[in-house]
Amino acid sequence: MNKTPLYNSHVALGARIIDFGGWAMPVQYTNVIEEHLTTRSAAGLFDICHMGEIDVKGKGSFDFLQHVLSRNIDGQKIGQMKLSVLANEEGGIMDDLTVYLLDENHYRLVTNASTKDKDYAWLLKVKDQKGFTQVEITDETDNIGKLDLQGPQSEDILQQIVPAYLHSLKYYHFIQTKVLNIPAIVSRSGYTGEDGFEIYAPHDRISEIWDRLLQAGVDYGLKPIGLGARDTLRLESGMMLYGNDMDETTTPYEVVYGWIVNLEKDFIGRDALNKHLSEGVKRKLVGFTMWERGIARHGYKVFKDGTEVGIVTSGTHSPTLEKAIGLAFVPAGLSKPGTILDIQIRNHLVSAQVVPMPFYKKEKQYAFFNIFI
Amino acid sequence: MSKVNPTDRRYTREHEWVIDNGDGSVVIGITDHAQELLTDIVFVELPEIGKQVKQLEAVAVVESVKSVSDVYSPVTGEVIEANQKLEQNPELINQDPYGKGWIAKLRMEQPEELQALLDATGYEVFIAAEQH
Repeated sequence: MNKTPLYNSHVALGARIIDFGGWAMPVQYTNVIEEHLTTRSAAGLFDICHMGEIDVKGKGSFDFLQHVLSRNIDGQKIGQMKLSVLANEEGGIMDDLTVYLLDENHYRLVTNASTKDKDYAWLLKVKDQKGFTQVEITDETDNIGKLDLQGPQSEDILQQIVPAYLHSLKYYHFIQTKVLNIPAIVSRSGYTGEDGFEIYAPHDRISEIWDRLLQAGVDYGLKPIGLGARDTLRLESGMMLYGNDMDETTTPYEVVYGWIVNLEKDFIGRDALNKHLSEGVKRKLVGFTMWERGIARHGYKVFKDGTEVGIVTSGTHSPTLEKAIGLAFVPAGLSKPGTILDIQIRNHLVSAQVVPMPFYKKEKQYAFFNIFI
Repeated sequence: MSKVNPTDRRYTREHEWVIDNGDGSVVIGITDHAQELLTDIVFVELPEIGKQVKQLEAVAVVESVKSVSDVYSPVTGEVIEANQKLEQNPELINQDPYGKGWIAKLRMEQPEELQALLDATGYEVFIAAEQH
């Protein structure tokens, strides 16, 4: 199994380690609910070193990325990041990733851990086939460590070890700065629905930042958080997980990623997506809650009037709402909020209701927070 | 750390306990070790009264945030009571696995089954071996 530079810290902190797509990662240090609520009320620190970073550099980088990404990145400024889909020829989602514009002709794609190798191979193939000879694509994953600091106290904690004034950093923007005098990239972003930061620094120095942040955060209630709570936090905030809620057989329009697709520009998958849209999107990913007891989980079947109509892609007990929540694929006609569905839990059916997303939205939004990033 | 496993009952290798009431009925639950592995229990699917189960057949389901686990009946018999308090307070299993966190009461059909189960010492040896 691959180990992140923080593996020994996790073990020392008493974490329970699991195999997460070939990586030995902490699933929990104490328990999922406690870690979840800590992140919502104070702050949590996550080891995200397993995620992928692919750099795209050189002349033609912009044109190349316009060709592979669903999102129109025209107008993106240095210091800005964007969420995008990497689609295949059929319009299926190969990955959902963030695009950082580091410098003129220098982009960084931050990918899911499980999709990085596939993405990298795909990008190299497209570059060769389409003749983007001056574009240089490198896999930086082994050189870069990544930490997520999330929760309402994040800014105050991080500010102690960053010279730049963090309060003026807007949502989905980043700065190239120093953390503890270590060159780093800090973006205001994350995967929890809280204010917070993603921090990138050299792989061999990331543990210094991890240790210092845990110290700096003691008085603020900062705790290390495992992947268990990362999953419940992202689901409450209505964020999808690649491999669970979507894969290459899923299109952006089925999973509310339509807003990051721009059919006006030419990109791989556009024609298929155009056709898909004009034929009508037949199934949709929806959020549901249950008011009866029980938890619907990934793979459970969804019924309407006794007929099987869909499948649950994510489901858990929401620590904040204290009830079962989840995401499911259903026919477009059953995707309206308020629709009542049945979910098969073991040998019985339990009622569920389609609800608007997200399940959880923090009360006081960060001043610059805007979902349409 | 771990609580002491009481010596007044028997244990399965699937981490359930069973206590003989002496009147042909038993009370069952899951062990402290099991609740520690599950951590935050958020849902318990209790058996219906009258349900017939064979020894080591699933009788209830315990769910944590991350996982779903069957609870196997340590004995063959009929469910005569379920701990309804777990409906509202599933965390009782985490807090008091050997007391308030009991799961169900059964009428035994084959009391001799109890003899084949582990005693507290045997169970502790079993857990220790399982962890290596």
